[in-house]
Amino acid sequence: MAPDRQANFEFRDEELLASVVADLIGDVRHVAVGNASPIPAAAALLARARGNGRPYVSLLGSQRHTFWTDGGRELFDCAGQGRIDVFFLSGGEIDGEGNVNLVSVGDPDRPAMRFPGSFGSSYLYFVVPKVILFRTEHSKRTLVPKVAFISAPGGSDDNVHRTGGPIALITNRCLFSFDPERRRFQLESVHPGHTLAEVIVNTGFEFERPPDVPETPAPSAETLRLLREVVAPELAEVYPQFAARVFGAGKSA
Amino acid sequence: MPSIARSLDDALGAIADDCVLAVPRESAGVPMAATRALIRRGAKRLHLIALPTSSLQADLLIGAGCVETLETSAVSLGEFGLAPRFTAAILSGSIAMKDATCPALHAAFQASEKGVPFMPLRGLIGTDVLARRPDWTVIDNPFERNAPNAPDPIVLLPAIRPDVALLHAPMADREGNVWIGRQRELVTMAHASERTVVTVEKIHDGNFLQDPALAAGTLPGFYVDSIAVAERGAWPLPLPDHYAWDAEHLKEYAALAATDEGFAQYLDRYVHEKRAA
Repeated sequence: MAPDRQANFEFRDEELLASVVADLIGDVRHVAVGNASPIPAAAALLARARGNGRPYVSLLGSQRHTFWTDGGRELFDCAGQGRIDVFFLSGGEIDGEGNVNLVSVGDPDRPAMRFPGSFGSSYLYFVVPKVILFRTEHSKRTLVPKVAFISAPGGSDDNVHRTGGPIALITNRCLFSFDPERRRFQLESVHPGHTLAEVIVNTGFEFERPPDVPETPAPSAETLRLLREVVAPELAEVYPQFAARVFGAGKSA
Repeated sequence: MPSIARSLDDALGAIADDCVLAVPRESAGVPMAATRALIRRGAKRLHLIALPTSSLQADLLIGAGCVETLETSAVSLGEFGLAPRFTAAILSGSIAMKDATCPALHAAFQASEKGVPFMPLRGLIGTDVLARRPDWTVIDNPFERNAPNAPDPIVLLPAIRPDVALLHAPMADREGNVWIGRQRELVTMAHASERTVVTVEKIHDGNFLQDPALAAGTLPGFYVDSIAVAERGAWPLPLPDHYAWDAEHLKEYAALAATDEGFAQYLDRYVHEKRAA
């Protein structure tokens, strides 16, 4: 969002997104956050601040927000048993069926573009009941008709063991929910300062939408207070650059 | 009993060219001083397995031409952006890439740890990660053959048995026990590997195994082949519970490594210079 527009709303894009994601998390027991996910991390900590210590939050890379004592595998073992309720995934590409690509664009043998890799997505997408997709660049480059590489599929055949999958996709422009039966996204709301026309033009896949699309509610004063006073200093442990840029939080916090 | 090597280079003798080398994820105790020493030595054709992801370490080894095959679930510099040398190597086809997913690597190391040939894992079915791994296979769960929803397909992953595990930890004692604290995947790495080479911040007088509070976080010397002292040996990456990332350095790396020339400058400045060791 341009700085001049931002002044009118008195909150930052990242604060709006964290607030919406915290609402999506809902009342659950355990939220885990993987690599390179500062906005989901802020949302999870916000949910915990709102819930007076519920849910448990596990932030990969944090010493303070973690109860792992059995190494990197414990996150996945925990998820396999159904002990993780919410997880977050982003994607270099995400398509209209909820498929996520974290690997490459073009022929995988001779890719035109390479992303970091699938991380735990090829497994966690199957076993975490609420996976929230987030992508802060909402464009036809990122939201595509069909991903070039499936790191994690939006749906599976009936006989494939699957207790989890996508429930929503949040971008810098809007919020979509996901219908697992039809494997399609539905537009839920458009963020303040953005328009439906803009969402349509910048989305590479088809999606459902209601006749009147509401505006995403702005974060409340209490949400902004929690984000800035409680969440920001905790976030700085794992995401010092992000915390400093968004909240001006000290790097040594 | 593992020997405490006279020098880092002596300890790294076990890591031969062409070997399968296992290293830990970016924030679990990455042996960066040892990595720079391997580059100075001109290590070649490594099959590098990062359990389960990597950042600067894989990027440096790839950029310096030490890696033939990379097996991991992701390489990136996290908040500092894409891993430039990894990305360039994939786009130019100069390394072979075996893309995995984090729990698959954990499970394959655990298979080796248990001495069994494979491990099953949920998920993966319908992914291109699986489609592009001819070494992985799918079976129908033999315990659910008559269940209403049969067949129940499940992926099997062959055990990974690296030639050498290389890791950095806070301290070792004079018996060669290594205290790894809560970074338990370092124990799995060592259990699964033929040999284990460890760098440590310091040598501790006493025996960790005699102290119940420390024993639980100890990799017994039984699994360790050689140890070298490398103070701040994870720099510029963090050593959990001890020191943090060197953010300024990682920013500098990300900027320099964006080009071949800049990466060469980085190597000259921080790897080949003796003082940087």
